[in-house]
Formats: sequence, C-alpha cells, structure tokens
Amino acid sequence: MRAQLAALLAGLLFGVGLCLAGMTQPRKIIEFLDFAGSWDPSLALVMLGALGVHAPLQALIRRRPAPVLDACFHVPGPRPIDRKLLAGSALFGVGWGLAGFCPGPALVSLPSLQASAWVFVGAMAAGMLLQHVLVSRGGMAA
Amino acid sequence: MISPHVAPASALAGGVLLGLSASLLLLLNGRIAGISGIFGGLLLPGTTDRPWRAWFVAGLLLAGLAFVWLRPEAFATVGDIPLTTAALAGLLVGFGTRTGSGCTSGHGICGLARLSRRSVAATLTFMSTGAATVFVMRHLLGGSHP
Repeated sequence: MRAQLAALLAGLLFGVGLCLAGMTQPRKIIEFLDFAGSWDPSLALVMLGALGVHAPLQALIRRRPAPVLDACFHVPGPRPIDRKLLAGSALFGVGWGLAGFCPGPALVSLPSLQASAWVFVGAMAAGMLLQHVLVSRGGMAA
Repeated sequence: MISPHVAPASALAGGVLLGLSASLLLLLNGRIAGISGIFGGLLLPGTTDRPWRAWFVAGLLLAGLAFVWLRPEAFATVGDIPLTTAALAGLLVGFGTRTGSGCTSGHGICGLARLSRRSVAATLTFMSTGAATVFVMRHLLGGSHP
C-alpha cells in the first residue's frame, strides 16, 4: 500500500510539473521543434531543470542496495542500440511533431475534456495494443 | 527568432518537479518514471504489477484536474489540432514508444540522466523526426498546423 501511495505522489508531482511548465500546450512543443519559425525553448528548459535534479539524485539513489519499498531496482541494464529502438523512436517523433503531444502531457490533459487529447490517448492505446500484437508477440523484433 | 510565449521560470520550475518525481519514484519504488512504459504496462495483457501503475496514472489525472480547476489556461485550446491528425499522431506515438521502449520521459529524462547510450540515441532520433515533421507540416505544406 505504501508503494502505491508513493506512485500516486510521484504521478501527482509529475503532472503538476508538466502543467506548470506549459507542456500541456501542444503549440509550445511544436514551436520547440520548429527551427525555421519562431522558436520556443521551453522544452529545453524543462529538460535542463529535470536533468539538473534527477542526474545527481539518481546516481546517489542507485548507490543503495535496494529502493525503500521494493526488493530491487527495476532499471534496464546496458543493451545495444538496435534497429527496433531507432525505428520506434523515429515513428514516435513523427507522431509527436504532428500533434505536439507525447504520452505524459496527453494523459494530464484528459481532465480538461479537450477532444484532441481524448482522441490522441484513445489512438495511443490502440497503437500500443497493435504493437503488442504485431511486434512483441509476433517475433518481428529486430 | 524566439517565440513571444515563453515563460522561462515556469518551464525550469516544472522541469525541476519532473526531476523530483522521477527521483522519488526511483528511491521509493525502484521504478523508471517513463510514462509510455507505465501506461503501456497498465493497458497490455501479461502485466503482473498493475496497482502502482494505476496509482501513478491517477496522480497524473489528479494533477490535471487540479489545473482545470485552478489554472484552466494551462490547457489552451488555441491552435488545437484537427481530430484526424490527433488520431494518426496517437497511433504513431503508441506504436513507436512501445517499439522504441520509451518516450520523452523514459528516454529524454530518466535515460539521459543516467547517460544511457540507448536513450541518447532514442532522444536524438525522436527530436530529429519530430523537427522534420514540423518542418514539413508548417513550412512545406504550410497549412493549418498550429
């Protein structure tokens, strides 16, 4: 139960961070990705703030033998850069540039009842299920 | 040219909260704050650890609800995208993040923070195809893209 409360708190903090930073406004993302128009550096500042805090803290935290509420850390180990990683990331980038939404901001936007956020999240769930059926289960992995 | 809509202090402060959230989830639960991974695990069959994922997503929704109530301008509908575009984009983001094992949060924040080579490659890739997509939509097709 304590781990679930911790997850709720982390989710809440993450959502407040996204809203505060304006990441729930697709136009800010699209203007960040637009180097030929009026550039919005907000996302770079968001990443600077997040990495400035999380890079040193994660190094400290991972010196512990285990997290506080679990038996071990669930952090992926070093794996090679493969075609699957690059192809998937490339497709994600195209969708991100089309809508100005990535998964976090889209989910946080659901309570605003914006139609585009609901359609985006529904389609994202469909895309995840489709990927599960075609790639993860079908053995098409690169 | 820098856009007139930038609020640097809010962006930086918001980022700090994202970093704190990722650190909290790692310290307490030993988990990566990657939204596509958390949401995908909640959605797809075969997951054995749904509860913490559901609570994390509930936290996200609760934060959204609080902003709807206190600061609705956080969700500007100005420049909203057509629903067909939203549907196509959502499909690509869902399919792509599962294939590429992460999104802006998992690769762009958590992965970069621990200098994962895979996350550096993923982040450079989605930033590049994202920028190329915006260039095509805004400057080549030059239509209604926000």
